[in-house]
Amino acid sequence: MFWDEELETISQNKLKELQLKRLRDTIGRVYFNVPFYHKKFKEINIKPDDIKSVDDISKLPFTTRQDILDNYPTGLLAVSRDEMVRVHTSSGTTGKPKAIFFTKNDIDRAADLIARCLVMTGMRKNDVLQNMMTYGLFTGALVMHYGAEKVGILIVPAGPGNTERQILLMKDFKTTALHITPSYALYLAEYIKSKGIDPTKDLYLKRAYLGAEPYSEETRRKIEDIFGIDVYNSYGLSEMNGPGVAFECEYKEGMHTWEDNFVVEVIDPDTGEVLPDGQKGELVFTTLQREGMPLIRYRTRDISRIIPERCPCGRTHRRIERIFGRSDDMFIVKGVNIFPQQIENVLMSIKGVAMNYQIVLESLDNMIVRVEIAKDLFDGNVMHLVNLQNRITEELRKEILVKPKVELLEPGTLPVSEGKAKRVIDNRTL
Amino acid sequence: MAQLRQISIFAENKPGKIEKITKVLADGGINILAISISSSGDFGVIKFIVDKPDEAKDLLIKNGFTVSLNEVLAIELVDKPGDLHRVAVALLRCGINIENAHVFVVNERAQSYLIVEVEDVDEAKKKLANEELRFY
Ligand SMILES: [Zn+2]
Repeated sequence: MFWDEELETISQNKLKELQLKRLRDTIGRVYFNVPFYHKKFKEINIKPDDIKSVDDISKLPFTTRQDILDNYPTGLLAVSRDEMVRVHTSSGTTGKPKAIFFTKNDIDRAADLIARCLVMTGMRKNDVLQNMMTYGLFTGALVMHYGAEKVGILIVPAGPGNTERQILLMKDFKTTALHITPSYALYLAEYIKSKGIDPTKDLYLKRAYLGAEPYSEETRRKIEDIFGIDVYNSYGLSEMNGPGVAFECEYKEGMHTWEDNFVVEVIDPDTGEVLPDGQKGELVFTTLQREGMPLIRYRTRDISRIIPERCPCGRTHRRIERIFGRSDDMFIVKGVNIFPQQIENVLMSIKGVAMNYQIVLESLDNMIVRVEIAKDLFDGNVMHLVNLQNRITEELRKEILVKPKVELLEPGTLPVSEGKAKRVIDNRTL
Repeated sequence: MAQLRQISIFAENKPGKIEKITKVLADGGINILAISISSSGDFGVIKFIVDKPDEAKDLLIKNGFTVSLNEVLAIELVDKPGDLHRVAVALLRCGINIENAHVFVVNERAQSYLIVEVEDVDEAKKKLANEELRFY
């Protein structure tokens, strides 16, 4: 089933036409209304009329995170601030946040894209969505909320935390879907198990939407198995509305990117050159429908690739592969690039390991992976623990090509996450 | 046949763990009959033989410890030179690994046992059936 069948299955030619029309419109608006873009375009002598095809986008300059920070808070607005009805921020690691403004139409379109995603993954009017993301400055909870409301879904705006109450709400309101961070989903899974609740019998869950932090394919499978539900990968970032930029359909093979709303490109992060479909590189997005704060060629720092093949679901919007890593999360040990998801993938596939873990960077050459042992698999045999420790070390070495020090911890030692988890602790003084 | 069960508790190498465990057991009125520690360097397992193992296990779990209660093989030792050697030879002959073992003494040295951790106690006893050994 489709939310907007006509647009979701539009022919590739018509989609290109629509993209070009909207791209030229967007470029005209930023050229005349946003001094930052006007100056940038002038510098390289580009005028809106020079864009004659969607591919001409590669002539335009990039927008970086730094550009958004430099123009904080209202420097990138394309219409008067009075037209804005909402501002969201995305937390920077240091200093000021990035501020993203929305007009009434922007909110409505963001919600509309979420509605496509929810219907695409099987949600209907009679479903109940428990929204366990933080309601606030962060886009996740609110954008999902508006989209679900559009479909007519009953929303339980629970927010994160208070696990006992979450379970009560799930039971009493017969929640069929969760919107939750992956680390909290893992915690919830262990909590439910410890309380003797059988999610397939005692709860009504059918699906979950994970967001706000990266997670591995193994984690997805683990959550699907424990709760007996479908988990759909999705991609979003607050600079582009938040959630709902790209979403998996029922086939769960790559995420459809809503190309009538965004131009997606993959570039070589070092040279900035556009890469052909299928090649892995940094995702770059241009908004096509945004009034308040249009962004041209925004560099996401997320690594993925475009899947150009047609999807059997009938949607014509090209898919992107699950994010290989966010270049911000990547760290380097012994000169090797490592993404936290690689480590998570390995840990989640090993029996005897609980679901909480932490990566500690000690020096340029040394990292510690701290894992909690699974309480119910502890048999008192120290050799079994040594074997487990060796096995984790070896499996990690195979995956990341660096041999970490693995520490086995008592369950419950690491801080639990009822929201966003802090997985990497950097103790290096560089 | 009598069963001897041993409590194992996971311990990271952090000071104070044994103090915490023994406090829980003391407060619960549980008598510790023997203690041993096997350590890998980074972490270890602390083992106890107590008078009320089921109660001890519940108490420790309630206090947040990671606990396992397992049956162990307990072989009677006679208080004379060479007896441990005699038992070790029998175990070796029957293919039973004594990597995780310790001696447990009851009744003021009148009776002592070699405690051996094996995967399957009944199986081990079967293997040892023809040896001149006495079990707990
Ligand atoms: Zn599809």
